[in-house]
Amino acid sequence: MAAQTLYDKIWDAHVVSTEPDGTCLIYIDRHLVHEVTSAQAFSGLRHNNRQVRRPELTLAVVDHNIPTSDRSKGINDPESKLQVDTLRTNTDEFGVEYYDEQDVRQGIVHIIGPEQGFTLPGTTVVCGDSHTATHGAFGALAHGIGTSEVEHVLASQTLLQNKSKNMQVLVKGKLPDGVTAKDLTLAIIAKTGTAGGTGHVIEYRGEAISDLSIEGRMTLCNMAIEGGARAGLVAPDEKTFAYLKGRPKAPRGKDWDEAVEYWKTLKTDEGAHFDLTVEIDASSIAPIVTWGTSPEDALPITDTVPDPKSFKDEHKQTAAQRSLDYMGLTAGTSLSDIEIDKVFIGSCTNGRIEDLRAVAKVVEGKKIAENVSAMVVPGSGLVKKQAEEEGIADILKSAGFDWREPGCSMCLGMNPDRLKPQERCASTSNRNFEGRQGHGGRTHLMSPAMAAAAAVTGKLTDVRTIVNS
Amino acid sequence: MRALKELTGVAAPLPMINVDTDMIIPKQYLKTISRDGLGKGLFHSMRYNDDGTDNPDFVLNKEAYKNADFLIAGDNFGCGSSREHAAWALEDFGIRCVISSSFSDIFYNNAFKNGMLLIKLPQDVIDNLMQQAEYGSNAKFSVDLESQTVTAPDGSEHKFELDEFRKHCLLNGLDEIALTLEKDACITGFEKTASQKHSWLSPAS
Ligand code: SF4
Repeated sequence: MAAQTLYDKIWDAHVVSTEPDGTCLIYIDRHLVHEVTSAQAFSGLRHNNRQVRRPELTLAVVDHNIPTSDRSKGINDPESKLQVDTLRTNTDEFGVEYYDEQDVRQGIVHIIGPEQGFTLPGTTVVCGDSHTATHGAFGALAHGIGTSEVEHVLASQTLLQNKSKNMQVLVKGKLPDGVTAKDLTLAIIAKTGTAGGTGHVIEYRGEAISDLSIEGRMTLCNMAIEGGARAGLVAPDEKTFAYLKGRPKAPRGKDWDEAVEYWKTLKTDEGAHFDLTVEIDASSIAPIVTWGTSPEDALPITDTVPDPKSFKDEHKQTAAQRSLDYMGLTAGTSLSDIEIDKVFIGSCTNGRIEDLRAVAKVVEGKKIAENVSAMVVPGSGLVKKQAEEEGIADILKSAGFDWREPGCSMCLGMNPDRLKPQERCASTSNRNFEGRQGHGGRTHLMSPAMAAAAAVTGKLTDVRTIVNS
Repeated sequence: MRALKELTGVAAPLPMINVDTDMIIPKQYLKTISRDGLGKGLFHSMRYNDDGTDNPDFVLNKEAYKNADFLIAGDNFGCGSSREHAAWALEDFGIRCVISSSFSDIFYNNAFKNGMLLIKLPQDVIDNLMQQAEYGSNAKFSVDLESQTVTAPDGSEHKFELDEFRKHCLLNGLDEIALTLEKDACITGFEKTASQKHSWLSPAS
C-alpha cells in the first residue's frame, strides 16, 4: 500500500460509503454538544420523528451562556436560561448524557472531552463548534460542524464529507525558555494567514511538537481553525497514552491494551505525500501578541505596531487600517508600550491546569497593576478544583485576580462577562475579531504567562523580562 | 431544503477580506432556539449605529441593495466560528448566493445545507464583478446552477466549479438526512465490523 499520512489512515478507517463524485459518508465515533448550536438540531429530529442513533456516543455540556459568578441563584438572562433549559429537556428526551452547571465535570466542551477520556486517538470527533480542532492533539480527527450537521450526526452517527488535502507544519528545533504552545500557534498563523489552511487538515510534526505536553498540543490544535484548516492533528505517543490512562471514559483492562496497540500504528508513514508543507524554526520564536482584529495580526512582543502601508496587498492594507482604527493604535508604537484595562485568563485555548500554573508562576508574590482588573475562568469544574487543591487559586486571588466558575465567559461574552467599548484586554483566548469580547472591546491574544505579565505591569510585557529579573 | 436552479437579482458588493462569522451575526443573536428571523441581525455592527438606527453608509442599507439576492465578498468569507446562524441570517435577509475568491470550510458546508449557493471565482474576476455590483439596482446578476454559470451585468459569463453531490442536492432540494438514513444497512454493517475490530471504541461508563 502507498505510504499514508495520519489523516489518510483515520479517514480510511471511517468511510461508510462513497458517492460517485467522491463525497463520503464518514462514521462519527464521538459527538460533543453544547447549548448554543444544538437546539435547532434536536427540534429538527423531533419534527421528523427521528431518534438519536447511538446516544452513548454523544456527550452534552453547558458552557457558552453560563454565568461564571455564583450559580446557586440560577441564570438571570431569560434568553440564556431558555437555551440552557432547552438543552436539559433535549438531552433528557433523547437519552444523551449531560453535565449541568452544578456538576463538577461541567466545563468548556473542548476541555471536558479530553478530561473525561471521551476523546481518544484514531477516533472521529465532531461538535457544533469550530474549536473542536482541539481534540486533534490526541491524534483524533476532530472538526467543527454546523447545526444541520449536528442533526445529521445525531440521526445517523455519520457525516457527509469531502476529503481535505494533507498539510504538514514542520516545527524544527526547540522552543526557547518563556515561549509556549500559544506563541507557537500564533507564530504559525502569522506565517500561513487565516486562510492558509483552508481545505486542508494540518498535521503538526517535528521535535518541538513532540516536546509539547498534551495540554500544549491542545492549545496548538485549538487554533488550527484560526489558520483556516478543517482540523489539526498530532500523532499520539507515550505522553498521549499516559494522559488518557485511567480517565473515566477511556478504555480499561484488555480494551486498553488493544487500544494502545492500535494507537501506536497511528503515525504518518515514511515518504507519505503532503500537498503543502510549512516549516518553522522553533528556536526563532519569541513571545507573541496580536495587534489587530484577525489572529494572523500577530507579532513578537519586541516589535512595533505595523504600518498598514507596509502590506503588499491592497486588500490587506485596507484591513490593517480598519484594524488599527478599531484597536485605537498608531503605527510605530512599541507593542510593549500598550496599556491594558483587563486581563482574561481562560477559554478552551488556555483554561487548563498547566495554563493556570503558568500564570501563578509569574504572579506569585506580586500584585496586579492598579489600572487593571483581571479574571481567571478555569476551563472546567475539575480544573478549578485541582487549582484550589494545588494552592494556585490562593496565589491568584492574593495577587488580585477574580476567581470564577468554569465556562466560556469572556472568550465570547455570551454570558455577562464582557468588555465595555474601547476597553483593552490581554486575553488567553483565540479570537480577536471586532466585538468578540464585547461590543467595541479591544482584544490582544497571548499566552497565559504573557497575560500574567501584562496583569502585573498594566501593559503588554515581555514575560521574560519579569521572570528573569 | 429549498431547491435552487436559477437566480437573478442585484448583488451587494462587500469588498472586505476575512469577513468573520462574528461580523455576519454577532453573539447576541445566538441565544435563539429557532432558525428563523435572524435576518435582522445580519452584519449587525456594521449595519446599525450604536443607538440602533440604520447606518446609511452600509451597503445593505442603501436603497439599491435592500433586496439584494447576491453578495459579492472579499477573500476568506465566513471565517471563524461554526455558527450556522451566519447562513440562516443571510438566507433570512434574502441573500441566496454569495460569490467570493474563497470561503471558510465550515461556513461553506453550512450555507449549502440551507439552500444557498456559494460560488468561488478567481480574484481578478471577483474584482471585476465587485465593480459591476457597484452600479446598484440596474446591474442584474444571474446564475444558472445546471450549467454552473454566473452571468454578470455586462453579459460576461463565468463558469464555476461545484461538487456533483452538492449540486444534485441543491437542484432538487433534497433532505440529506433522509438520504443518509436510506443507507441504514450500510451504516449498521460498518458499526458491526468496527466494534468487532475495536472493542475499545465504546465509551466506558
Ligand atoms: S472558550 Fe471560546 S472558543 Fe472555546 S468553545 Fe467557548 S466560546 Fe468557543
